[in-house]
Amino acid sequence: METLIQTDIHCHLTEEEIVAIDAELEHVPYKSGAAIDALKIVQSRRGWISDDSLAAISRHLEMSIDELEGIATFYNLIYRRPVGEKVILFCDSVSCWICGCESAKEKVSEVLKIGYGETTADNKYTLLPVPCLGACDRAPVMMVGDELITNLDDAKIEATFNQNSSREDY
Amino acid sequence: MERVLTRNIGDDPIPIDLVAYEANEGYEGLKKALGNLSPEDCESIVKDSKLRGRGGAGFPTGMKWSFVPRGDACTPGHKYLVCNADEMEPGTFKDRLLMEFDPHQLIEGMILSAYTLGADIAYIFIRGEYVVSIQRLRDAIAECYEKNYLGKNILGSEFNLEMYVHPSAGRYICGEETALINALEGKRANPRAKPPFPQVSGLWGRPTIVNNVETLCNIPHIIHRGADWFLTLGRGEDSGTKLFGVSGKVNNPGCWELPMGTPVREIIEDHAGGMQAGLELKGFLPGGGSTDFLTSDHLDLAMDYNVIGAAGSRMGTGTMIILDDQTCPVGMVLNLIRFFAQESCGFCTPCRDGLPWTRQVLEDIYNGRGRKEDLETLAYQVKYIGGIGNTHCALAPGAMEPLQSALKYFYSDFEKLIECTGSQQSNGARG
Repeated sequence: METLIQTDIHCHLTEEEIVAIDAELEHVPYKSGAAIDALKIVQSRRGWISDDSLAAISRHLEMSIDELEGIATFYNLIYRRPVGEKVILFCDSVSCWICGCESAKEKVSEVLKIGYGETTADNKYTLLPVPCLGACDRAPVMMVGDELITNLDDAKIEATFNQNSSREDY
Repeated sequence: MERVLTRNIGDDPIPIDLVAYEANEGYEGLKKALGNLSPEDCESIVKDSKLRGRGGAGFPTGMKWSFVPRGDACTPGHKYLVCNADEMEPGTFKDRLLMEFDPHQLIEGMILSAYTLGADIAYIFIRGEYVVSIQRLRDAIAECYEKNYLGKNILGSEFNLEMYVHPSAGRYICGEETALINALEGKRANPRAKPPFPQVSGLWGRPTIVNNVETLCNIPHIIHRGADWFLTLGRGEDSGTKLFGVSGKVNNPGCWELPMGTPVREIIEDHAGGMQAGLELKGFLPGGGSTDFLTSDHLDLAMDYNVIGAAGSRMGTGTMIILDDQTCPVGMVLNLIRFFAQESCGFCTPCRDGLPWTRQVLEDIYNGRGRKEDLETLAYQVKYIGGIGNTHCALAPGAMEPLQSALKYFYSDFEKLIECTGSQQSNGARG
């Protein structure tokens, strides 16, 4: 027990991460109030929240690991498993469904050879469903990283991913 | 008609900065208020304008504000204003437009609202996927600090205000105001029991007002031009203008600012260009995924809160989703219920366990495994999952609205799918 509790927090959070988290602490009356901010800070630097990251954040914020895990797993933009360089947020809500998002999703899966929750072999993309992206007049839509891609059809999907991969490869 | 909220947003919009915003009467409302109006005056003007919340519930904004304790009734400490920019209602795409292309309008509305309420800290709680809006709002806030529209002693007055953009980590339920407050406090976004209402005990136990983006964007104009002017804008019984949207298989899906009380037909036919070739309108959700279906019989209704309410639905967010005659209504409802079941926070049993059950029944019907009794089960679920008071918040009752109205208007579509049971493939058109 002793060794578990006394783990040095610097083993797991970098100095820079701690500075960024502590800056958030100034806006909250108690440490656990910055839980979501801390998760986002660490995720933005490491891509996802590993068990080690979770434990380190919980120690830093003086919370139990379980409480922080309950928060981390609640929010869909906190990733508790590794993701690729870019996350594809694919809208499967009602307006996109009416406008054919199911066949567009099949096309994405065909081009990238992954289904929901999976990452491409080259670690470039992870495909996830997302609730309505608020661009229903341009349905179907998806986000690739920070970029919103609208009016999806086969040609656009192929262009999006082939262009991205060729840019890196050549 | 006069464009108010979108006066700086053209058909092919480019985002505007502080200089361009100021050039078109920007921050005039703020200067007027800080120069000549007390917070009480501002609240009276907003009350007299009969502005109703544009986030979906349509609660009168001035009345909501009046519940915030003032003066001696309020213990010393912070008061908070929170802008609900967590636009996640399926089929809703109006706040994105306002934030991406005219961020200063929202910020001025928030400064004026905070002044009225005596709030000294303001948050914009925005969904994390709106990366463009987040950046433009942050840039605009930085411009405001430089001009002393934000910070200490704003424009030489006693009024101080700090403003922060707070991107959400995701989840539809964060749009519920008490869940949003829990998310701001770094917790799971489970809705809170009411009372106490957030106006009295909200963020960190302090008085807190949560208003939708579009609601707040109206405030500068109401303060600058007065309540009487605002009352003249509507065509029906409600005041002001509204962003109305249409999505689905119409010729020109989009979002337009129109007077309150504009008839549904005008929005769908004149602005959205009518149905695509070969398709008929079968029904529509008037204001997002958690509103009841209406049908072609309702096209001449005015988009006013009470008119749409009397027809058995809700105006909600004012962004309509069109069901065409080639799209299966059961599939559409299944898509919505799947969303609501996934987005339930899991706190109340009818929502956590009931919605997945409803989804299962609908999946069976849609995929040709339905039984006649399933229709009774769905009616039972509508009654108990949708019953007001059976759950903490409005997610589950909202989820039942498209289902109950689909059973009312499209019952034969459910029956047809059930009759097909045993045949090779269901005949539901898919997307």
